[in-house]
Amino acid sequence: MLNYLKMAYRNLLRHRRRSALSALALSIALALLLFMAAFFKGEMRSSMEDTLRLSSGHLQVRNADYDPDKSSVAWEYLIENPDQVARQIAALGPVKFATPRLFASGIVSVGDDSAGVQIIGVDPASEANAPYRDGLVAGEFPSADDRTGILIGYPLAESLGLRVGNSLNLLVNTSEGHVDEQNFIVRGIFSTGSSTYDKGIVLLPLAKAQAFSGAGNRASIIFIILHDREQAETVASAITGNTFKVETWQEMNELLVLVNDFSNAYIMILNLIILGVTVTVIVNTMLMAVFERTREIGILAALGMKGRQIIALFLSEAALLALGGVIIGLLVGWALSAYFGGVGIYFGDIGVSGMIFGDRIYPYLMLEDVINLTLTAFIVTLLASYYPAQIASRMEPVEALRAEK
Amino acid sequence: MEVAKVENVSRVYKIGTVETYALRGVNLTIENGEFTALVGPSGSGKTTLLQLIGCLDQPTSGSVWVNGNDVTRLNRNQRADIRKGHIGFIFQFFALIPTLTAYENVEMPLLLNGCSAKERHERVMELLKAVDLLDRKDNRPDQMSGGQQQRVAIARALASKPALILADEPTANLDTSNGEQVMEIMTRLNRETGVTFVFATHDPRVIKYARRVVTLRDGLIVENDAGQAN
Repeated sequence: MLNYLKMAYRNLLRHRRRSALSALALSIALALLLFMAAFFKGEMRSSMEDTLRLSSGHLQVRNADYDPDKSSVAWEYLIENPDQVARQIAALGPVKFATPRLFASGIVSVGDDSAGVQIIGVDPASEANAPYRDGLVAGEFPSADDRTGILIGYPLAESLGLRVGNSLNLLVNTSEGHVDEQNFIVRGIFSTGSSTYDKGIVLLPLAKAQAFSGAGNRASIIFIILHDREQAETVASAITGNTFKVETWQEMNELLVLVNDFSNAYIMILNLIILGVTVTVIVNTMLMAVFERTREIGILAALGMKGRQIIALFLSEAALLALGGVIIGLLVGWALSAYFGGVGIYFGDIGVSGMIFGDRIYPYLMLEDVINLTLTAFIVTLLASYYPAQIASRMEPVEALRAEK
Repeated sequence: MEVAKVENVSRVYKIGTVETYALRGVNLTIENGEFTALVGPSGSGKTTLLQLIGCLDQPTSGSVWVNGNDVTRLNRNQRADIRKGHIGFIFQFFALIPTLTAYENVEMPLLLNGCSAKERHERVMELLKAVDLLDRKDNRPDQMSGGQQQRVAIARALASKPALILADEPTANLDTSNGEQVMEIMTRLNRETGVTFVFATHDPRVIKYARRVVTLRDGLIVENDAGQAN
């Protein structure tokens, strides 16, 4: 084996530039594969996480008749005594926190400018507000008894020219189907990292939202975060009640799960294309090597080298080529993913309805992808080289010896 | 004892619909320890006969025996085993592996035969000494003259102690003095080790070294003279 590798190494050095270029092709391919995998994984991962922590939670309890697309605050669609329900759910072991939220649709206007928003009534004391609290870029989170304070997103504040302390006019569709309006003071401005999401919502203390919209002591949902999201099904089945409907994060984010699956298929196709091009380069290099060395193959056969040993010789060459290419590709791919994983790639407001995307995509390289893709690149190179190696092994010694030097 | 025997062997090459007879029913027996020249003009069938005895090619009809084995009944791998264990080759072009040093070229048949590192080292050094190339052991073929390369090829042919060494025009690409040196080494090794040499040539200066001369013409043996000696 060592001798095959020694011969293979020297054979590769015979055409340094050609060998280097072939290895480079593999390096670039692997680096691309890794970076793409990291990019898509990062995008899907952050989109999923943002969606769960901002929008859907791991579980939601709703009134059985509630339609989340309508944000209606009509009493018949809401949950009665939501604090009590939330407390009962929070007592379940796997539940990290459970908090009532009220959704209403409204319009923010400042002077001549206005924007449609979703009003979210939240319990300011809940840990579930961490993304907004931690994302405050100015001001503070309104307290539970604040009757005039409102929290708005940074892009909305920008577009309406609002700062902390400024006032805005908010219109709301009430539970009785009327429209009410009131002036609010901007207490704080937040940024969750997703402009698409931040520009469409405003936050009020739950009590104020309930009073303002006429919902009384009711909420649209109980927003639940678990210690482990994989337990969603189990917890969902533990929450019972005729008037409730419990939805897991998978059920609520079917589109996201679908997009995730689709992106996996998309990556697979891209991988095949990249590997296909690389394989062509490698096969070409190895075929050139076989045809150039036909007479040497004849000599080795004359010395008694068998077909499988000739195959081993050429595969050793391919293995060394692949090893070089894979190591460089791995380093470059890792470096690219690590660098952009740190600084992110700015895409701005991606604006896909029904999904939350961050303004920056942070590639995230998974060990699993590194192992899979590296092994695939290596094995595919060997498989691709098998064909030229087999041609070499099947040469008739007498014919091979006749070849031009 | 016979090392090789060719019985009624024909070799026909087909190019399109044209059939060319390289050998037409040749019979030849090579005894152990012979130093035999196959002579004849170009196209007479010398090289074809060597290739058939060397298991590099298969006859169209007839049988070829090497060390008691009917090699025409063997498959590819079995023929490779016969070449590896029983036959050494010296070619007209100095058929060394260009990426390997003189030492490594001589070592190659021993590696293929699975010899131990110690065994290999001893044998390679012994052979390089026998062809007077110890000082060139680390040189690659392109760092050696044609004569030196052919001496490495002789050492390699002897490496696995074959019963038979087949040399196809071993001096054709050498000048007179290098050619003579090569022939003298082959003669000496034949005398000292008893290994059988069969070589194809049409060079009269080489023929004079042979103890037996087999003359071919148009694919037939026309003269089989065991009377010559150097």
